[in-house]
Amino acid sequence: MRTDPVVLTVAFGYLALLFVIAAWGDRRAEQGRSVIGSPTVYALSIAVYCTAWTFYGSVGRAAEFGPSFLLIYLGPTLAMLMAPLLIRKMVRIASTQRITSIADFISARYGKSSSLGALVALIALIGVTPYIALQLKAITLSHAVLVNYPEAAEFRLVEESFWVDKSFWVALVLAVFIILFGTRHLDASERHEGMVAAIAFESLVKLVAFLTVGIFVVFVLFNGPFDLFRQVADSPHISGALGLEAVPGGAIGWAGTLVLAFLAFLTLPRQFQVLVVENVDERHLARASWLFPLYLVAINLFVIPIAMAGLLLPAGNSDPDSFVLTLPLSAGIEGIPLLVFIGGLSAATGMVIVETIALSTMVSNQLIMPLLLRSKRLHLSSQGELAGWLLGIRRVAIVLILLLGYLYHALIGDSYSLVTIGLVSFVGTAQFAPAMLIGMYWRGATRSGASLGLLAGFITWIYTLLLPGFAQSGWLDATFLVQGPFGLEWLRPYALFGLEGFDIYSHALLWSLLVNIGLLVGISLFTRQSPVEQTQAALFTEAMNPGLQHTSLWRGQTTRGELKSLLNRYLGASATARILADPQGTQADDAPAPPTLIARAEQALSGALGSASARVLINSVVRGEALDLESILSILDTTSQTLEYNRRLEQKSNELAKIGEELRAANERLRELDRLKDEFVAMVSHELRTPLTSIRAFAEILRDGKDLPEEKRIHFLEVVVLESQRLSRLIEEILDLARLESGRLTLTPQRLDLVALVRHSVDAVHRLQEDRGVELKVDLELDQAPVIGDSDRLEQVIINLLDNAGKFAADENPRVRLHLSRHQQNFRLSVEDNGPGIVQEERERVFEKFHQIKRYGGASGKARGRPRGSGLGLPISRGIVTHLGGRLWVDDAPTLNGACLIMELPEAPTA
Amino acid sequence: MSASGPQARLVALIGLATLLFSPPLVLIFDRPSTAGLSWLPLYLFVAWLLVIGLAAWLMEHRREDS
Repeated sequence: MRTDPVVLTVAFGYLALLFVIAAWGDRRAEQGRSVIGSPTVYALSIAVYCTAWTFYGSVGRAAEFGPSFLLIYLGPTLAMLMAPLLIRKMVRIASTQRITSIADFISARYGKSSSLGALVALIALIGVTPYIALQLKAITLSHAVLVNYPEAAEFRLVEESFWVDKSFWVALVLAVFIILFGTRHLDASERHEGMVAAIAFESLVKLVAFLTVGIFVVFVLFNGPFDLFRQVADSPHISGALGLEAVPGGAIGWAGTLVLAFLAFLTLPRQFQVLVVENVDERHLARASWLFPLYLVAINLFVIPIAMAGLLLPAGNSDPDSFVLTLPLSAGIEGIPLLVFIGGLSAATGMVIVETIALSTMVSNQLIMPLLLRSKRLHLSSQGELAGWLLGIRRVAIVLILLLGYLYHALIGDSYSLVTIGLVSFVGTAQFAPAMLIGMYWRGATRSGASLGLLAGFITWIYTLLLPGFAQSGWLDATFLVQGPFGLEWLRPYALFGLEGFDIYSHALLWSLLVNIGLLVGISLFTRQSPVEQTQAALFTEAMNPGLQHTSLWRGQTTRGELKSLLNRYLGASATARILADPQGTQADDAPAPPTLIARAEQALSGALGSASARVLINSVVRGEALDLESILSILDTTSQTLEYNRRLEQKSNELAKIGEELRAANERLRELDRLKDEFVAMVSHELRTPLTSIRAFAEILRDGKDLPEEKRIHFLEVVVLESQRLSRLIEEILDLARLESGRLTLTPQRLDLVALVRHSVDAVHRLQEDRGVELKVDLELDQAPVIGDSDRLEQVIINLLDNAGKFAADENPRVRLHLSRHQQNFRLSVEDNGPGIVQEERERVFEKFHQIKRYGGASGKARGRPRGSGLGLPISRGIVTHLGGRLWVDDAPTLNGACLIMELPEAPTA
Repeated sequence: MSASGPQARLVALIGLATLLFSPPLVLIFDRPSTAGLSWLPLYLFVAWLLVIGLAAWLMEHRREDS
């Protein structure tokens, strides 16, 4: 079953299946029923991150370097966690600017600079081609292992002719696939739906294949994971392989690799392609941000068991990179190795497909197009469609890139293990990270800074990783690794400036990023941005600002006809018609083109040619100030200023509302006071007039009635005297009240005994109460009750309370009870009666001035015989008690069922 | 972009994940079990799944909110 024809049939059959799936995906897209419009498919397409390097190399790395292989996946996990913050912004920028690749992204950020775009494309080409070579090598190698087992793989490629090498043919098939499904549209910023569908399918295949071999190893070759790990623990030569000491560089190497994987995940051209360019919907990021890490966990779950098993069971081939294949082969089972081979093939092809599309877009848009545009002949003479040209360039680029990859594989492939090439590529592409990430958040980063930083980082990478790699492959004299170039030891590539103790990748990453970031920031601080750069910087950093969504940036002048011929030349007639389609009906060709139309045309050109070339082309037909920098900056400033104003305005209006509320409350209170004052005046006058009227009436009778009988005259005179006494008492009370309220009441507080005071007061009212027939009961619980108070005033209060109680006690058998007790730190004096009591809502009102309680029941007539109160006694009493630090309130009577007034005074401190 | 509730939670989760995957904590778990194998791989997988679980909960929960 492992014969060449079978393996080849299966392999190429699998590739044919990819064609079918991609064609199906494209047809569905044309029908408007997209298959990739789901976050799950999006997450699976991101899994193109897991290449043949993951599939075969992870096991090799685990066997050699312990758990460090996990870092390659923990870094992307961190990056994906940031997806809703970071990648979302990238996607937003890419969709508004019609970004086609990471080179386009960086070029657009720094003023649509074509030189920077070309630099990025060049670095990507140099850095990633070995990675493509690695995939092809994996295919060749796995095929050789599969067919030749149990003999050694006999991997001597140089001696074989290329037409015998299967990976050459695979590369050829892939070239056809990519040309068919990767260059269907001219607009590279449009999704390649069929391609993405095929990639998602490949991700599933490699996951299933790897899980199958993992389960086979753990549960068939061993009796479950516990059996496997018990055996591992019994073998001292491998039991140490899982710890940190197996990781190159130790803790520093650990952190370095984590950062490296994080950055590379964001900057690898194929990751940028699937993450950003092929993203259909921003909202997919939320689901993918945990689904993709979950995929990574699943595909790594069995890496350690397989590596351990491979170390335990010498299976004929000692190369750890092939354990995935050799373990099932050694068990003599035929199906699983074939499945593994297909899994590895899918991992490799998926990577090659996406990477090649990304690279070919960069090469055509960033390297070749700008050159073509510069050559005057082409620019002026071309009347026909350049659209075909563009696609042609991209197709040639695809073939060339694959060929380059294959050449690299054929020439150098033998000398590197899988992981090494992968990590070298990682460090190379990580150089894009500063320009990209810092550029997204710092408006001040300039083109010169980014270019020089990128260049310096790239050179450092070449010196610290690429050249040493060549040297180890035997292409260069390896002595400079040990002794440094020209014998300068401090320039040794693996220990630059004597920095040792790092693994080579962390070492290269540290130096290259240091140089890169340092130059980017340092030079940016001392250079100025051109207007276009400023605009682009603002658009990138403020991409999430909603005010920028629908802004037109062109203010120059051109006609529709000129735009039409430009678009026609580069995009073809149908695309031009779509772009220029006007909802308000067709307009004449010599009509001026509105700014929105110019912007739309530029976007369409960007999607096809990259932003740098698009700008050059639009500039060639638009006259006048093309890019309206002022307006864009003012939009930005206005937005932020408006926000600030809004915030302040809101704060002020809140304050105003609060002040208004306070004012209204104060006004309310003033009105109330005014009303009270009016009432008070009215009541005072009323109260004063009553006795005055009777005095006057009786005085007039006395004056006029000369013949009045003597006893009548005496009676009248007594009334006059009584009424004037009442009047003067009333005036006295009003004065007291006025003093109390204005705070001018003079009290002379001194230490006194409340018990003695109560006795004195009771004696004073005793006669009067007896006259009224009131039964007064005095109940003193204490012998002494020292308080601080004014004895005259307090006596006035007590008498007033007793007097009131007498007045309001029941008509028949009236009873009053005075009770003095201690209550915590206070003395409580309560006076209750057996009258009708005071209803709950009246209890506070009795302390209002001139408030008089209405008496209920038929007995009221008789009560009128008693002296009426002025309605000022209780307010005055409360004022006095409060002044002395006590309280006065109404409560339920505990024994007599009537009203009960309670005075509470604090105990005097012991002298 | 003010740090609203879900966003602040996400930032905290990123911080937690970075902490769990980085040397100081990783060093703590890099010790051999009684059988002689390091706990490190097990710890990494457990921490990894924990982070993914939290992220899933945060993302799916947030989508209901919006």
